[in-house]
Amino acid sequence: MRLCDRGRINRSISLPFTFDGQLLTGHPGDTLASALLANGIRLMGRSFKYHRPRGVMTAGAEEPNALVEVGLGAAMVSNVRATVQELYEGLEARSQNRWPSLRVDALALNDLLSPFLGAGFYYKTFMWPQSFWERVYEPMIRRAAGLGSLVADADPARHEKAFAWCDLLVTGAGPTGLMAALAAGEAGAEVILADESSEPGGRLLSEVEDVGGMPATDWVDTCVARLRAMPNVRLMTRTVVTGAYDGGVYGAFERVGDHLSGPHADLPTDCFWRITARRAVLATGAIERPIAFADNDRPGVMMASAVRSYLNRYGVSPGKRVALFATNDDAYRTARDLRGAGVEVAAIIDPRDAAPAGAEFPVFSDAQVVGTGGRLGLRHIHVRTAGKTRRIPLDTLAVSGGWNPSLHLTSHMGARPQWRGDIHAFVPGNGSAGVPGLSAAGAANGVFDTAGCLAEGLRAARTVLEDLGIPAIAVDLPEAEQDAGRTAPLWLVPGKRRAWVDFQNDVTAKDVKMAGQEGFDSVEYMKRYTTQGMAPDQGKNSNVNALAILADATGRSIEQTGTTIYRPPYSPVPIGALGAGAQGKGFAPERFTTSHSASVARGAPMIEAGLWYRPSYFPAPGETTWRQACDREVTMVRSAVGVCDVSTLGKIELFGPDTGAFLDMVYANRFATLKPGKARYGIMLREDGHVMDDGTTARLSEDHWVMTTTTAAAGEVMAHLEMVQQCFMPQAQVRFTSTTDAWAQFAIAGPRSREVLDTLLDHRIDAETFPFMGCGAVRVNGIDARLFRISFSGEQAYELAVPTRFGTSLWRLLVAQAEGFGGGPYGMEALNVLRIEKGFLTHAELHGRTTAFDLGMQGILSSKKEFIGRAAAARPGLVDPDREQLVGLRPVDREIAIPAGAHLFGHDADPVRVNDEGYVTSSGYSPTLGRYIGLGFLRNGRGRHGEVIKLVDHLRDVYEFCMVCDPVFFDPDGGRARG
Amino acid sequence: MLIPCPLCGARDLREFTVKGSALTLDRPAADAMPEDWHGYLHLRDNPAGPSRELWWHGAGCGAWLVVQRNTVTHEILSVTLAEQEAGA
Repeated sequence: MRLCDRGRINRSISLPFTFDGQLLTGHPGDTLASALLANGIRLMGRSFKYHRPRGVMTAGAEEPNALVEVGLGAAMVSNVRATVQELYEGLEARSQNRWPSLRVDALALNDLLSPFLGAGFYYKTFMWPQSFWERVYEPMIRRAAGLGSLVADADPARHEKAFAWCDLLVTGAGPTGLMAALAAGEAGAEVILADESSEPGGRLLSEVEDVGGMPATDWVDTCVARLRAMPNVRLMTRTVVTGAYDGGVYGAFERVGDHLSGPHADLPTDCFWRITARRAVLATGAIERPIAFADNDRPGVMMASAVRSYLNRYGVSPGKRVALFATNDDAYRTARDLRGAGVEVAAIIDPRDAAPAGAEFPVFSDAQVVGTGGRLGLRHIHVRTAGKTRRIPLDTLAVSGGWNPSLHLTSHMGARPQWRGDIHAFVPGNGSAGVPGLSAAGAANGVFDTAGCLAEGLRAARTVLEDLGIPAIAVDLPEAEQDAGRTAPLWLVPGKRRAWVDFQNDVTAKDVKMAGQEGFDSVEYMKRYTTQGMAPDQGKNSNVNALAILADATGRSIEQTGTTIYRPPYSPVPIGALGAGAQGKGFAPERFTTSHSASVARGAPMIEAGLWYRPSYFPAPGETTWRQACDREVTMVRSAVGVCDVSTLGKIELFGPDTGAFLDMVYANRFATLKPGKARYGIMLREDGHVMDDGTTARLSEDHWVMTTTTAAAGEVMAHLEMVQQCFMPQAQVRFTSTTDAWAQFAIAGPRSREVLDTLLDHRIDAETFPFMGCGAVRVNGIDARLFRISFSGEQAYELAVPTRFGTSLWRLLVAQAEGFGGGPYGMEALNVLRIEKGFLTHAELHGRTTAFDLGMQGILSSKKEFIGRAAAARPGLVDPDREQLVGLRPVDREIAIPAGAHLFGHDADPVRVNDEGYVTSSGYSPTLGRYIGLGFLRNGRGRHGEVIKLVDHLRDVYEFCMVCDPVFFDPDGGRARG
Repeated sequence: MLIPCPLCGARDLREFTVKGSALTLDRPAADAMPEDWHGYLHLRDNPAGPSRELWWHGAGCGAWLVVQRNTVTHEILSVTLAEQEAGA
């Protein structure tokens, strides 16, 4: 019910929203939970396992019960905490885990079956028959269990990622965090102050007290105004710091647009930050802990601190008649605030012998709540005091079992929290596994009074400033309340009925005790056996209570029992936010050649080659299949001329007098002897003796070389060259850089290639000046260009390179001229067939497990010099004649295609794995030879030319016979390329 | 995780690629025995604690670095240029 005067909500504006289709209104400043309470709605969800009616229990991120679905269709998000979701106009929320409705839920039947559904139920029940597990039990359990539902459609939400740096990251903007940020900010440090709520202030927004001689909320406003005025302070609201990582890196999740009605299209839903901080102060406060007593999960039972938040921050009373069940003095504020708001306080039930005297409310000392009633919401409680049980009618029970410091981040690198008996709470441990540079302060460090928190914040900031060598500036410490009150722990009120510990995963005190009795007595075992603390809330309300109950059940102290440690994330982070930017086209950058648009305009389908896109083929009028285009392009190159963009090949330019010696080290064959104006094919090995890459390197002048790598291995080769130079030849006078993007390079291949060139070059070339494997500078329309006479097709061929900015025009010119000679562009399909016909290699063959010996290139390995991989390549196992060696394959039936990936067997061998003798790496239809051909590796293949073997592809159901032959199918003596 | 590159300063882990043990720097002589090559190519310790590794600052300056770090705490103990270790 809405109060008329308190809270930080704007009553002058009404925001309509719906819950389960019911139209309701709230105000700016409300959360969904406070707006629902204001509308008198207490039943907000059903529990995970027993489908018990549940209402909101907290007012913060630790909420276990009030989980809802927000949004529609693909944009629906489930398990949204109603206590975190800010209200906006048009918000559509639905309760979850119920069918057909929240008030009448069929699976509430589980609650009646609860005697059978305790801890370890699945393990004990669904033991046999084994075959039932996958077919019957698991599908059944999956349907019944779970929180919320998933949407199968792609996530339409826009997620963002961002990076930030600071001297000091302060997590939490309560009194501690504000004070720390203020002190560090005034001193000039770069500060990021992050708080998960919609506005800074922390508990001060929810309490009625004075700070610095003014109401706490006024002090917060003053403080925030000062921080906002500092250019070196960044105040991030709606931002929860989720994890602490190595090197002072923190993950933080910012809710950017999910609190807005119709956010701007450019505004993301959320943003995942990676913040690198030199120091961090954890000022995350504390979370109030519940008490386990019989039927403590009815809607209407909530934390005392939440009751104060709803009263003081949101201007809502959760009920008309409220009682308190609290083990500490702090909770008495609740009664005072309730009375101040005109709400009836039915009773204070204090389990301690001596409840504070002079209270103006009915106080029951040495009393406990032993039961509750009300089917869909709390109607009464049973209180036992002085041996008698009495029934008190009410609608709300505020519970407080004390406070647990929110120390989660201090454990993220493995540190275990320490038990402090004097305050009955775990505080951050000070072992070696702590997070370097992070210190906890205030309530997160076990200091619960406001004055103490302010002092802790100031102290933490001063330590950081001193560490960083930044001179501190005097900052006044405001006066505030100094008494946090006494507390006496009470974890469990004994009784027969179920008492909930973990509300989100439906774990009761009985489950925890049973785990202890059945031998799962370590806290880690208990957690896994009962699933306590394994729900999305990660046991924020329940961990300490559960281990205290376990300690009791096993006769140990809490200290001896110990605690599990926390791991990131502190709060759930959508996978979409972690992968922000990587959806669709964002997954990988796209690299386009200068001929890209022209190729697309000609209708060429583009295929990926690493990050590059290359044309598959260029369809001509009348062609209906890729094969028609491919066959035509192959024939065109063999009979006239074709042009192809080869700019994607890696290009590395090398300079310096020691370049020859350096190349001798990285290539297996000799390069130092190469004359200027010539190019040479080479292979590079890895140090383990296998082939890494191949390509040609040209010596443009005495001290200037240009290397080409395959498209796929360009990055790997560059890293390798850097390593060889820096690690093995640091004194060599050689420098190199990648120039792949600087040059557009085109292959002109075919018997009429020189005629095409003659139309373009400023000076005609001939066989004398540009013999096979020649290279040099040329000019195209006055532009300096490079010409290489190299061939990947087996035809007379050239590669012409111009600075990238001229690529588009040169491509257009080349295609036009080639067409004049009966030629045209060709794509990757034709390029592949042309090279298979010649037995040339690609990474289908250079796949990392093949040696020069396997490829028939053992002769290329120089014996006159040291090179990377030399020693290993000579190992007996890598030159064993029985190794699989490169061969050509031609089907006996020339109409039958060879599938790449098929395996090779002896003619009469059974096609099973032990008889496997090799495999096919490349295949295609050769229009030149009028048949299918392939390349592959066959055991002792070079000695088996002429043998007919069996080719088997179990996947595609292919079984056929092939003739083994030389891998060079066409023009074996290479006359056409040299011609 | 941040790695302080001697040339670029402290940079994010994602700019670097790890090669493995810095043993790679101790390449055997051309005439070394097969056993030496076997050790160089294949035998690696798997230390829990200080470890000496070779990293590449590929998305930065391109320098190969010798990074000494603790595999248990992820603490970076020292970073030097491989070039210097190799005797530039």
